[in-house]
Amino acid sequence: MSDKKSILIINQSAPYGSNKARESLDVALTCAIFEMPVSLLFIGDGVLQLLNGQQPEALQTKKHEAMLTALPMYDIDCLYVTSSDLKQHGLQSEDLAVPVKIVEQKQIASLIQQHDTVLTY
Amino acid sequence: MKFSLVVHSSPISQQSAATAFRFAKTALEAGHEIFRVFYYGDGVLVANSQIAPPQDEINLPEMWQALAKQYDIDLVVCIAAAVKRGVLDDNEAKRYEKDAANLAAGFELSGLGQLAEAIALSDRVITFGA
Amino acid sequence: MTLHLLNKSPQSMSLYSNMLASLSDNDSILLIEDGAYGALSAHNKIFKSLPDTVSLFVLRADTEARGLSERVSALFEVIDDNQFVELTCQNVKVVSWY
Repeated sequence: MSDKKSILIINQSAPYGSNKARESLDVALTCAIFEMPVSLLFIGDGVLQLLNGQQPEALQTKKHEAMLTALPMYDIDCLYVTSSDLKQHGLQSEDLAVPVKIVEQKQIASLIQQHDTVLTY
Repeated sequence: MKFSLVVHSSPISQQSAATAFRFAKTALEAGHEIFRVFYYGDGVLVANSQIAPPQDEINLPEMWQALAKQYDIDLVVCIAAAVKRGVLDDNEAKRYEKDAANLAAGFELSGLGQLAEAIALSDRVITFGA
Repeated sequence: MTLHLLNKSPQSMSLYSNMLASLSDNDSILLIEDGAYGALSAHNKIFKSLPDTVSLFVLRADTEARGLSERVSALFEVIDDNQFVELTCQNVKVVSWY
């Protein structure tokens, strides 16, 4: 593919309760395999995907946290979280399973502008 | 303008699946191109040939088939999402030793790479979500 | 210039909040499906703090179906399916909030 469009995936869904979070990462990994630059933004309940200490063994489902920690292997290094959404859930960067860039809410608009295509999950 | 659509919504339970169709038809009639429709999540159910809606309800599988035939649109169904929801073509039915294939004519099972390609090659990508 | 499509009623307030937090000047909002209920005048307060450069639209098929034809707030322009397609062309990208 000659056209390397940059993609921003906005995640608003918590993991496990629905498969949106999983679908989002599957799309992110696929686009990365096709060498398209992918950034992930976690807002609202989406920040809950990033929590460390996930133990989904009893649910017999894949550990979301493990999928997130695999992202750098696919050259997905740009993970953004808004400070206000972390605060809303009483979370701090120590609560997160992967390194993220913490941004102010007003920067979401710039992130959308900076990418060619925006997908939401 | 070259569009691709991503349809996440069930053709049975969510209006969004019908909105996607209306958008596609309107865009095509206005002279635009639909490069590809990519069905993901519960959206893949539209490709089940065994769907039999009551007479007074719309039949989205047939409507998409007719539109795709008239305008030569790529109707691509995410294979992973489809197989786990019981939408199988001949190959997948054999692979999983199921009684029959049920993928409706005009639809094609393929991977998420088809979505990545659609993003790369389209002017606009529009998601119709559940 | 981004077109924001939203398809849920204001009961999904966090979805509206996320969308509003993502707007730039000259963006447009189009309410579709159950989003059309957001165009009731009673919900004007959701949109009142937006800059004038943000345009508000609601889809005619959805307002008509829901009994909203005479109830749409003056903040919104009611558009048909053709204008929906035109909006997606006029804006450089489309973000769906669902």
